[in-house]
Amino acid sequence: MMPQEPEQNEGPVLRFDGLTTGFDEAPVLKNVSFEVGKGQTGIIFGAAGSGKSVLLKTAIGLVKAWSGKVQLFDQDITGLSEEQLFDVRSKVGIAFQESALFDSLTIEQNVAYPLLNQKAVKWEPKDVRPRVKEALEFVELGQTLKKFPSELSGGMRRRAAIARAVVTKPPLLLYDSPTAGLDPITAHTIISLIIKERDVDSTSALVVTHRYQDANLIANFRYNPDNGQLVGAPEETGPSTKFMVMREGSLIFHGSQQDIEASTDEYVQKFVKRPD
Amino acid sequence: MLDILKGPILALQEFFQLTGSAMRNLWRQPHYTDDILLQMDSIGVGSLPIVALTGFFSGAVMALQLGSTLAQYGQTGRTGEVVSLILVTQLGPVLTGLLVAGRNSSGIASELGSMKVTEQIDAMRALGTDPVQKLVTPRMIATAVMLPCLTVLADFIGMFGGFIIAYYIYGLDPQQYWSTTWRSLAWRDVLQGVVKPFVFSFAVSLIGCYYGLRTTGGTQGVGRATTQAVVAASVTIFFLTFFLTQIFVSQAPA
Repeated sequence: MMPQEPEQNEGPVLRFDGLTTGFDEAPVLKNVSFEVGKGQTGIIFGAAGSGKSVLLKTAIGLVKAWSGKVQLFDQDITGLSEEQLFDVRSKVGIAFQESALFDSLTIEQNVAYPLLNQKAVKWEPKDVRPRVKEALEFVELGQTLKKFPSELSGGMRRRAAIARAVVTKPPLLLYDSPTAGLDPITAHTIISLIIKERDVDSTSALVVTHRYQDANLIANFRYNPDNGQLVGAPEETGPSTKFMVMREGSLIFHGSQQDIEASTDEYVQKFVKRPD
Repeated sequence: MLDILKGPILALQEFFQLTGSAMRNLWRQPHYTDDILLQMDSIGVGSLPIVALTGFFSGAVMALQLGSTLAQYGQTGRTGEVVSLILVTQLGPVLTGLLVAGRNSSGIASELGSMKVTEQIDAMRALGTDPVQKLVTPRMIATAVMLPCLTVLADFIGMFGGFIIAYYIYGLDPQQYWSTTWRSLAWRDVLQGVVKPFVFSFAVSLIGCYYGLRTTGGTQGVGRATTQAVVAASVTIFFLTFFLTQIFVSQAPA
């Protein structure tokens, strides 16, 4: 597999332009601007309550903007109706923080849900099952089709949620704290899956996290399809990754891994742990 | 003063918005027939035992009390008449409505509330489904169909409960009991007895859905939403029954 060019000429996949939003009267996001290019992975650090999850929800119109613009695949989604948003959302896969699997449905039904319910992606009923199996095997959960979410461990639920997010092969993926509350081994497995998805299907992604080791893995490693392991990528052809830091609803840092490690800002520094 | 009113008025507006979109969905694709049937089973068949039991005892208690009161005027024979009239027009609809509110408004609110706090509602929207279409409209339809049916059943079982008392305790002739029961009811009483639960059903389902969908604050929030839903639905039923009775009474021929 050829590594992608770090520089892309096409327009951004996702672009926030001076976006402010919130609930009731208090703003949760304040004047947030950034963009994620095609094939690029944006990583957002931030403490709990800094607005990371809201940012992901705003990206697909689950939370409406107060002011500013969200551009998804060259389309301004801020003024769209819920009906129109369904079409845009079918191009985005999202894995929620606590998995958000439907607990009254089996894992198979959960993963099949987007294939059967998204109007923009038409799947023949006979093709659904093979694709669901494929997606579950991708996250190494091929044996759990008939199980209910409550019968799985936390890490397995996260993996099932990733399978549900990637099952329609969307070009953009949003991961909300995919490793929060997981042990280091499971967390590594989840991040490996995110890297695998990026490298196998060449998708763009936005990853919210508070663990620097996650970001470090995503920025410097590639999936090796021959042995299924992660391998270090040389710097010049490495994956295109962008680092961002949020604090109380504002984006206070925006740059490359070198930039974030060189930053002297005290808050930004708290997220950076240099790999020894 | 205005600030105090702002909250309730905003809540009322949101409630009517939800009602509006749930109603609009009646004419919009897709229809989740499976969900409607599932909810009918849970709301209708599931409530059957408790509704039957309550219906039986309300009829029996009414007959017991009325039998002795009417005896003072030598009118014990009219027990069935009074039992059936009160049961069909007032007690049947209200008691059944309150029971189903306690059982299903709370169930709906806690189910939807749990889905809300675990982001399943957001996931649903992200995966191309309108939560109102998928969750609210089926519950609304199911309750609107099942609550009148449950009420009619409760009415019959209540009359039967009244009969047991009238026959075994007051020694009334069965034929006399059933014929007065039957004859005391005019068509507009029966209409009242069916229109009321139909109207209540929207309070039961939509208030449950409304509190469920606006749940915030984790498990504690789900508990709060459940309690609020039952209280609001019950109070609404009392308000509605007052106004509906007023309408039917004022329409009655002199």
